Amino acid sequence: MTDISQTSAPAKQPVIMGRRRIRMSDVVDHAVLILGALLMLVPVYMIFASSSHDAITIHREGLQFGFGEHFAANYNAALFEYGGFTDSVNGVTMLTNSLILGLGFAIGKIIVGMMAAYAIVYFRLRFATFAFWIIFTTLLLPLEVRILPSYEAIQAMNLANTYTGLIVPLIASATATFFFRQFFRSIPEELIEAARIDGAGPVKFFIDILVPLSRTMIAAMFIIMFVFGWNQYLWPTLITTDESLFTLVRGIRQIIQAYADGSTTPEYGEAAALAIIAMTPPVLIVVFFQNWFVKGLTESDK
Amino acid sequence: MAKVNLQDVRKVYPNGHEALVPCSFDIPDGELVVLVGPSGCGKSTLLRMIAGLEEITEGQLTIGDRVVNHVDPADRNIAMVFQNYALYPHMTVAQNMGYGLKNRGLPKPEIDQKVRDAADMLDLTEYLNRRPNQLSGGQRQRVAMGRAIVRSPDLFLFDEPLSNLDAKLRNQMRIEIRALQRRFNTTSVYVTHDQVEAMTMADRIIVLNKGQIEQIGTPSQIYGSPASTFVASFMGAPPMNLLSGSVGDGVQIDGGIAVSGPSPQGHTGPVTIGIRPEDVEPSEAGVLPFEVSIIEELGAQRLLHGEIGGQSFSVAVPKDQNAETGTMKLALKPGAVHFFHNENGRRI
Ligand SMILES: Nc1ncnc2c1ncn2[C@@H]1O[C@H](COP(=O)(O)OP(=O)(O)OP(=O)(O)O)[C@@H](O)[C@H]1O
Ligand SMILES: [Mg+2]
Repeated sequence: MTDISQTSAPAKQPVIMGRRRIRMSDVVDHAVLILGALLMLVPVYMIFASSSHDAITIHREGLQFGFGEHFAANYNAALFEYGGFTDSVNGVTMLTNSLILGLGFAIGKIIVGMMAAYAIVYFRLRFATFAFWIIFTTLLLPLEVRILPSYEAIQAMNLANTYTGLIVPLIASATATFFFRQFFRSIPEELIEAARIDGAGPVKFFIDILVPLSRTMIAAMFIIMFVFGWNQYLWPTLITTDESLFTLVRGIRQIIQAYADGSTTPEYGEAAALAIIAMTPPVLIVVFFQNWFVKGLTESDK
Repeated sequence: MAKVNLQDVRKVYPNGHEALVPCSFDIPDGELVVLVGPSGCGKSTLLRMIAGLEEITEGQLTIGDRVVNHVDPADRNIAMVFQNYALYPHMTVAQNMGYGLKNRGLPKPEIDQKVRDAADMLDLTEYLNRRPNQLSGGQRQRVAMGRAIVRSPDLFLFDEPLSNLDAKLRNQMRIEIRALQRRFNTTSVYVTHDQVEAMTMADRIIVLNKGQIEQIGTPSQIYGSPASTFVASFMGAPPMNLLSGSVGDGVQIDGGIAVSGPSPQGHTGPVTIGIRPEDVEPSEAGVLPFEVSIIEELGAQRLLHGEIGGQSFSVAVPKDQNAETGTMKLALKPGAVHFFHNENGRRI
């Protein structure tokens, strides 16, 4: 005798002829998502495609959809050809400058933010809460608001046209301090007490316990801050007049402008190539650290 | 190993809450003392003051021959086991156990040796390279124990170490902890609100209530002659029956029910009479009329709930004794009756 449920099982499964019901709302959802994605990606693609054409074509016909034959030439020129008024800067220099700014900005912000949060959360400071709110209020005062006094100060300290002048004024970070403070407060009290009994002083506790526990948080902060630093435009424009300190984001404009003043056609192809080069490192960082990033911002319990 | 002495130790939190009224006691060398009491009575506060995690407002704390009021927790040579284990999540089991030793600057081979010995003792050897989140609750608690043991401390402190475990594991760990403590003969303070843990593990029990010590004694002293109605009803399950009555010509429960046996020395008037549920037995010759309304089956025992003279009362009878609802007579076993002051609840 066979089992009843077994014999009757096939009858209960109606044969589906590959016709899954598609709901209207799914279609709309996907349409919106696809539209959004296209809106973001098509311009990037056009820049990419255009970076393989010579300047004349782009000047005459606008941005291109298809690929041309000047791909290698454009990228080579963008990276290695010296340009600018003084002929002292090429793509590689600018890439290096951008990296220095992005890394310095991100690492600096993380270190300062972590230490500020450490002080606020773990030490019995007299005005800890007050200090925190003061730091927090600086969110209302982004660089653009305080740009003149900042410029004055850097100028007065003779830090214009230096990496220090480029990076340091941007480092103090309410955002990082805030995120680290929230994170530190979620670490169980007992863990701190266990560490105290284990003889970990403030420095050891910070390095042996807090930093490793915060690593996903640090990674998340690093991504945000790196991209943020990389994309800085206004401050570098203001503080660096020496072309050897130019960043990529600035350099793109410089290429077009420098040539546009003259009689020749602006090197549109090169500029497009430079734009693609400028986009690549932040994209790579986000792609590689994506997992950490999501973990850092969503993982709550340790 | 060390003895511990508290002299008028008091705790007032910064917000003005007095968590512990001045209290004094001694813990002899090698003894396991259990601090027990209801939630919020100040057990953790007291323990954390001994650990040095909480400042002592007033009084003097001595561990060994040293007054340690202002000594850093790390320098008190203590080890503490926390309720939620408090293991470092990013370190392996071995690193967790060795971290304290590393901070003391011990050479690595010596740390390894100690960690391996402790792991061996706790059946943790195969887990030494795992992270805490790859262990079960019981294993984590063992690691926490291991972290305490490797330091060979003068004093073990436990804050409800078993309350996150299930009942079966709790029983097992209870026995293990006790065995380890005996083996090292290390003075220990163990906080719990579970009276079974208190009774089974303790050399001595300290019963706390609202920041005050109600009684200090061996488990049998605490159970046999509770110092107050609070202790009487806190220790023991089901708790001691407390009836209001009076002492005049002999002892009477309110409602004119006479209680046989001795009456308290030098006390007349209203009194609280305490009788443990297992200190009475149903008997035709009994003196107490008991109205049974509910019967609870516990397996080994049967609990009869009801009233004597309008006051609620419970009786525990062995499982082989039949019981039914209705009226029955209860006889008192010798020494069954305890007397307490009817106002302040102290034992008479
Ligand atoms: N940091 C603090 N500030 C003010 N009051 C506190 C603080 N910590 C604890 N208390 C209070 O002190 C009292 C004793 O707290 P404690 O933590 O010692 O209780 P407990 O006996 O350990 O309770 P439980 O069994 O729930 O752990 C409680 O009333 C609590 O509200
Ligand atoms: Mg507690």
